[in-house]
Amino acid sequence: MSALPRAEHVDFGYRSGSLRSRFASARLPLRVLGVSALLLGLAVAVAVAAIRYGDYPLTAEQVLSTLLGGGEPFHRIVVLEWRLPVAIAAVAFGALLGLGGAIFQSITRNPLGSPDVIGFDAGAYTAVVVVTLVVGSGGTWSIAAAAIVGGLATAFAVYLLAWRRGVQGFRLIIVGIGVAAMLGSLNSYLITRADITDAMSVGFWSAGSIARVTWSSLTPSLVLGTVIVLAAIALSPALKRLELGDDAAITQGTRPGPVRLALLVLGVATTALVTAAAGPIGFIALVAPQLARRITRSAGVSLLAASAMGAALLAAAHLLSLLIAQVYRSIPVGLITVCLGGLYLIWLLIRETRRQAGAPR
Amino acid sequence: MTAHPPRLVIEDATIGYDQRTIAERLSLEIPDGSFTAIIGPNGCGKSTLLRALARVLTPSTGRVLLDGKAITQYGSKEVARRMGLLPQTSLAPDGIRVADLVARGRSPYQSLFQQWRSSDEQAVAEALEATRLTELSGRLVDELSGGQRQRVWVAMLLAQQTGIMLLDEPTTFLDIAHQYELLELLRTFHDEGKTLVAVLHDLDQAARYADHLVVMRDGSVVTSGPPAEVVTAELVQEVFGLPCIVAPDPVTGTPTVVPLDPRSVVR
Ligand SMILES: Nc1ncnc2c1ncn2[C@@H]1O[C@H](COP(=O)(O)OP(=O)(O)OP(=O)(O)O)[C@@H](O)[C@H]1O
Ligand SMILES: [Mg+2]
Repeated sequence: MSALPRAEHVDFGYRSGSLRSRFASARLPLRVLGVSALLLGLAVAVAVAAIRYGDYPLTAEQVLSTLLGGGEPFHRIVVLEWRLPVAIAAVAFGALLGLGGAIFQSITRNPLGSPDVIGFDAGAYTAVVVVTLVVGSGGTWSIAAAAIVGGLATAFAVYLLAWRRGVQGFRLIIVGIGVAAMLGSLNSYLITRADITDAMSVGFWSAGSIARVTWSSLTPSLVLGTVIVLAAIALSPALKRLELGDDAAITQGTRPGPVRLALLVLGVATTALVTAAAGPIGFIALVAPQLARRITRSAGVSLLAASAMGAALLAAAHLLSLLIAQVYRSIPVGLITVCLGGLYLIWLLIRETRRQAGAPR
Repeated sequence: MTAHPPRLVIEDATIGYDQRTIAERLSLEIPDGSFTAIIGPNGCGKSTLLRALARVLTPSTGRVLLDGKAITQYGSKEVARRMGLLPQTSLAPDGIRVADLVARGRSPYQSLFQQWRSSDEQAVAEALEATRLTELSGRLVDELSGGQRQRVWVAMLLAQQTGIMLLDEPTTFLDIAHQYELLELLRTFHDEGKTLVAVLHDLDQAARYADHLVVMRDGSVVTSGPPAEVVTAELVQEVFGLPCIVAPDPVTGTPTVVPLDPRSVVR
């Protein structure tokens, strides 16, 4: 901020500012902040644009005037009661998924790390199938609870199986993939035992859709999501220290074991929250941190940029699903993110193969 | 014996991994203001000892004392402000630049709200200056030469501004000129009053730069003391199994090890 003597100035190789006051100081990497702000703005704009679409189409003016407090009574119901919670969910859930993915990729040091990789989604699915078979397909809340319990139990089991004097990222991913595959076959078996209505209802759930979000399911999610975000901010310095390896992290004042466990819990909590409210929405957690890293050119994964990217991706996928519904029929957003994720994986594979073949990037 | 009490003491410690004990009942004092070099064959436990000193490993018996107090009684950031470690192998986050990595050394001084005080920037600038990295500060760490990268890690440790610096094989992967350059750099830290503990493989360099040698074999300390007293042909034969003569370095007069020609040694 002030004119520093020359010896004090550090050139970081990119544009950055610094903020100094008596109570707080920070270095501001301008590109990361700028891109994140842009992505968040985009996410909000897209989510608002998506409010227009549905069984009862509205014009942009109708949406905006209703959001600003005017509008006809019926429009107020459509916009404020039905579609606004979904729009908020698109942004908030996307950001949470991006955050969870960033945490996992940072801990596992692997671009394939994400909460679903350690079996969360497969476990949630198993529990939902079991509950549907036992209780019936009725209760939203019992399904949400089953998803959380099943997902957490699986994540915990994977953590224990991967544990050997601490948890190492690569082992966590391998064990997670194995457990998810086993649960996958169990899920298929269970579905063959279900009657047709139960099977359909599980099928709908497992496609993942934010369209079913209502104020009453969104509000608790937002409260918990805020808690998760605050905890992630508090743990982010320790997360950065872990990036340097355990020895360096310890000698810089971190205890890797408890910190890593807390971060894993946070990462899984992001997915648990979203899955409970909307069913499994795949691939955002996997893709957002890497895309954000490429655009921001940040060192390691940036929690902020990954969250912003997650929000933009889910909002875009949501809008896309509504647009497709206009011309064809409604496709749940979870299926769209899976398709986008598949494209991303193919692209990643091609890039890696090219790189190994020595072709220029 | 120095007038000051030793800064770092390990007492009667048993150190190991899981069931495997590497060192048993090991005791050692690091004199205040010393440049201590730890030498010994591969796998004898040098890194293990260093990691125990840096409280990366917790001894199953015995204890480590930092400035006269058990290290377990300090807060972990308090220890990190007094003692830093350069591990034998380090990991850099993907796509990080030099100044960013060096700035990571400031984390023991930072809190959630105070992330970049002017003292942090000052320390990073000084560390870059001392390691001659100021010109390279904006470069990607992945795109540096091995020698430059090693200087970055040393700079990160320097930015931590600790009175005690532990370095595990800081000169590996460096060519001979860069090895001496790094040792000279360590000597300047020593001259500024820092206490240095470095694992070194080259006995001549250890004898030349350190003022206190610790010789290890099979998880125990064989002997320790000033290089001129410690380095003898018998010791090198005993510890490394290398027949040699020890002659004074023509430049510094410190002991150097000259291996005998095995073909002319009597069987
Ligand atoms: N993480 C670990 N888990 C189990 N055993 C280990 C671990 N690290 C080292 N060891 C073992 O402890 C012993 C001492 O290893 P250490 O790394 O301390 O040796 P060193 O003297 O530093 O060797 P070098 O000169 O090759 O670096 C070795 O037998 C090694 O196999
Ligand atoms: Mg070693």
